[in-house]
Amino acid sequence: MRVPMTEYLVIDLDTERWVCRVCAHDMGSAHGNYKPGTLVYDRDPREIHQPIIDPERYEYTFSPDPSFCRILEYYCPGCATQIEVEYLPPGHPPTEDIVVDVAALRAQWQARGLDAEEVFNYGPGEDAQKHTAALKALGHVR
Amino acid sequence: MTTIDEHPTLTAQEQEWVDEFMDETTLFLGPDPEIMRSHSIAERTEHEEEVIAAGVDRIQVERIRKRIAGALDEGYEMCEAQGAAPGAKWGDLTTAIYTAAGDVSYLSCHGVIAFSAILHHPIRYIMKYWKDEPTVGVHEGDGFIHNDARYGNVHNTDQSMIMPIIRDGKIIAWVAATIHEGENGACEPGGMPSGSETPFDDGLRMSPFKIVERGELRRDLLTFLQHSVRDPKLQLADLKVKITAVRKIMERVDALIDEVGVDTFVGALRVTVEDVDAEVRRRISELPDGTYRFDQFMDSTLKENILIKIACKITVKGDHMTVDLRGTGPEILNRAINAPLCSVKSMMMQAILAFWWPDLPRCTSAMSCIEIISDEGTWADASYDAPMGQSLQASFRGFSMMQALYSRMSFSTPHKYSNVVANWFNQINTFLWGGVTQHGDMVGNLCADLNGMPGGAKPFRDGEDAVSPLFCAMADTAEQEVMEEEVPFMQLVAKRLVKDNMGFGKFTGGMGYEMIVAAEGTPHWGFMTVTSGAKFSSIYGMYGGYGCGTYPLSMVKGTNVYDHFRNDPGSFDLSIEKIMNERPFPEGTYMTSHMGLQYDLARDGELYMISQGAGGGYGDPLERLPESVVKDAELGRISQKVAFDLFGVVYDPETFRLDAKATDAARAAARAARLERGKPFAEFCEEFVTPEPPKDLPYYGAWGDTDQITATVHTTDGPERVTAPLDELPIVMIPDRREVKIAALEERVRELEIKHGEQVNRLA
Ligand SMILES: [Zn+2]
Repeated sequence: MRVPMTEYLVIDLDTERWVCRVCAHDMGSAHGNYKPGTLVYDRDPREIHQPIIDPERYEYTFSPDPSFCRILEYYCPGCATQIEVEYLPPGHPPTEDIVVDVAALRAQWQARGLDAEEVFNYGPGEDAQKHTAALKALGHVR
Repeated sequence: MTTIDEHPTLTAQEQEWVDEFMDETTLFLGPDPEIMRSHSIAERTEHEEEVIAAGVDRIQVERIRKRIAGALDEGYEMCEAQGAAPGAKWGDLTTAIYTAAGDVSYLSCHGVIAFSAILHHPIRYIMKYWKDEPTVGVHEGDGFIHNDARYGNVHNTDQSMIMPIIRDGKIIAWVAATIHEGENGACEPGGMPSGSETPFDDGLRMSPFKIVERGELRRDLLTFLQHSVRDPKLQLADLKVKITAVRKIMERVDALIDEVGVDTFVGALRVTVEDVDAEVRRRISELPDGTYRFDQFMDSTLKENILIKIACKITVKGDHMTVDLRGTGPEILNRAINAPLCSVKSMMMQAILAFWWPDLPRCTSAMSCIEIISDEGTWADASYDAPMGQSLQASFRGFSMMQALYSRMSFSTPHKYSNVVANWFNQINTFLWGGVTQHGDMVGNLCADLNGMPGGAKPFRDGEDAVSPLFCAMADTAEQEVMEEEVPFMQLVAKRLVKDNMGFGKFTGGMGYEMIVAAEGTPHWGFMTVTSGAKFSSIYGMYGGYGCGTYPLSMVKGTNVYDHFRNDPGSFDLSIEKIMNERPFPEGTYMTSHMGLQYDLARDGELYMISQGAGGGYGDPLERLPESVVKDAELGRISQKVAFDLFGVVYDPETFRLDAKATDAARAAARAARLERGKPFAEFCEEFVTPEPPKDLPYYGAWGDTDQITATVHTTDGPERVTAPLDELPIVMIPDRREVKIAALEERVRELEIKHGEQVNRLA
C-alpha cells in the first residue's frame, strides 16, 4: 500500500521507499528523509522575488538579499516536478523536514483497515472534496 | 578551614521555620517559574472531583456550554462596540470563562484565540499569592488587571480585567475580558515599541493587581495608570468597558448557576476542559509517528539586520507530541524582538485552535498534553531581564512553525479537521503612529491594516488577498476615512495590490496591498513600523510553492506632497514602484530601509510607504493552470516576466490570449532546465553546506542540527563570533548602530586625512 505523505511524495509500505506521486520515481529509503533522492538547485532569490524598486539605487527592493537568503529548489529526478522549496541562509545545512517511523505507519494503516490512497482527501469543504475528486479522475491520486 | 554541608538535613519543624521565614522576608513576588513554565491544565480540585464522581449529565453540560457561549459573545460584542482602543473596534480582544484554578473552559466564538493559552498564568498567580494575602484577598465584586507578558500575556499592549465568581465564600470560576489596548506608556507610542532596549522601555509593567474592590474602581490606582500612559482617556474608557462587559457576562452566568446549581456548573466547566484534553490526545494518535522539522530565520533586530533562527522539531509517538525549540538563537539583551515562552505558546495555541482543530472548544487543554521543550535564554524563551516590546516577532513564528508542520503531520490522515494550507503571512506590516492630533489630543496607536494579512494557498485554491490576521479570523481592517477624522494623516494609497508580490505556486498565496501615508496639520506627529522580512522572506511556501518576497520601508523626506497635489492635482497618481523609480518630487530625498522604524518625526507631506506581504504558495508553479496565470496577468496581479519566468506561460500582452503551444514548449524547457541544473543531493550538499555561517553574516542560533549556538558578541576588539551551548554563551548585546556608523565615518576621515597629508590635532 502507498501512503500519501506530501503533495508529491508517497511512502510505499511494501518496499519501504519514498516514491514520486507524479512519475513513480524511486526517491530513496522511507526510513530517512526524502531529500537524498532529489536533485537540488541553489536559486538566487532575486530571480523568484524580483525587484519592484530599482536595485541600482536602493538597498531594499522587495527582493531577498542573496547574502542572507538562498532558495533551495528540490526536483524529482524522474519528472522534474518541483516537490519542495526551502529558504535558507547561504551554506546552512538543509533541514531533515520529515522522518517517518515506517513500522508505526504500517501498523496505523493496518489498524484502520483502509487503503490510504483511496481514502485520501484534502479535508472538509465542498471545494476541497471537488478537488480531491478531480485529481482522482485525472489519476493523480487514486 | 571550615567545610559547609551543602545539603543539611532539616527536621520537619526546622523546615517549617525556614519556609515561614522565607515567606515573610520575600522582598519581591516576581513571575513564578512554576506557574510560568506550565501550559498544562490543573489537577482536579476536591470540589470538581466530588461533582464529577457524583455523575455528569452530558446533555446538561452541552446546554450550559451554549449558554456560556451566548454570554461570552454578548460580552465580546459589548467590548467591540464600546471599546475606545482601535484594537477593540476591529475585534482584537476576547472574553472567556475559567475554572477556579484558571484553566480556560470556554472562549468567546470571536476574537483572539491565543488568549486561551495565556490567562491561566495570572489567575494562578492571584490564587497562589493574593487570595490568602491579608492585604489583598479575593472577594465578590473584585477585579484584577494585568498586562505584563512576564506574568503571562501575548504582549504588553493587551490588558485584562479578571473577576472571580464566588459562591458561599468560595471561588468557583473566573470571567475575564482582554483587549489589545495599544498605548501603554512604552518608549514609543502604541504599546509595541521596536526600539525598546530594556524591559523598562516596554511600558506598563502591571503584575496582576486588584483595581476593582468590591465593585468599586479604585480611583487612585486608575490615576496612576492614566498618568503612566500617553492616552489617559483611553485607559479609563476601556477599563470601564471591560468591567461592564465582564459584569454582563457574570450576570448571565449567575442566572445560569441559580438555575443548574453550583455543582453542575463547576462540573460542566471541568468536564469541558477534560473532554478537550482527551480528544486532543486521540487526534495526536491519528498522526503518523515521526519527526518533523521547520526552521525559520528572522532578518532583523528591528534596529539592524541580523539573521536569527527559530528552530522547531516536532516528534509524534502514539498519542504524545513533543515540540522542541532547541537550536533557537539566543536572546538579545538590548533589542525588542525577544518573547517570553508563554507568548510563543499562545501563538502555537492560535495555530492549533484556528488551523488544526477549529472545531474544538477553545480551552487551555487544547495544548495541555503537548510537551514543549525549550531552554530559557533564547529569543523565543526570553529571561526576565530581556526587553520584549516586539515579542510578536518570535511568537508569530511560533504560529508559523505549528501551521507549517501540521500540514506535513496530517497530510496522510483519512479524517481531516481542517484543510491543508500553506503559511499565512506572519508580519504586522502596518503603521504605528503617535503625537498630537488635529483636535489637540495626545494619542498613540496603530492602523488596522495589520489585519490585512494575506492567507496561504490551499491544495485546491489560491490564498485570499489581505484576508485576516493569523491571530484573529474575524478582525476588520476598518474604515480609513473614519480614522482620518481622528488622526492628522491620510492614507494616500490604501489597499492597492502590489504587482508580483505573491507566493508563487500551483495555487498562489494571497496578495498584500501597499499603504502610503503622509501627515498634515499637526504640531507633532510620527510614524513607526515594527516588522522583519526585508532581506530574508518571513514565510515559506509548501510542497514546491514559494514563500513571500521581502518588504522594504520606503520614504520620501524633505518634500510636502500635499503642496504638489494642490499645484497639480494630476500628480496624484501614486504607487511605491512609481514614486521610488520615477522620483516625481524633485526636492525629496528617496530612501529605503528595513521595516524597523523607531518613532520617526513626520513633517507635513513626507511620504512613508510600506506593503503587506503575501501568503505562501502551494505546489509546483509549473502545474498552475495557464488560464489562471493569464488571468492574473490581465488583472495586473503579475507581470509578463513573472508569468514566463515563474509559471512558464506565454500569452499575447495586447489581447491576453494564451499561447498554449508556446506555453507547453516553455514548460517542457523549464523542466528540462531543472534536470540540467539540479544536482544530486549529496553532491549539492558537499558544495553548498559550510561548517559555519558566512563570515560577514551576523548569525544567531544553531548552524544546522546541533546543540551548539552560534552568535556574534561585541568585545572591545569589535565583533567576534562565538559558538557554544546556550548556557555557556556570553550575554549578547548589539552596539548602538549610530555609534557603529560614527566609528566607520571617523575611520574614513582618518584615512582621507592621511591620504591628503592633513595634520589635525584633536583634543581627547
Ligand atoms: Zn517524479
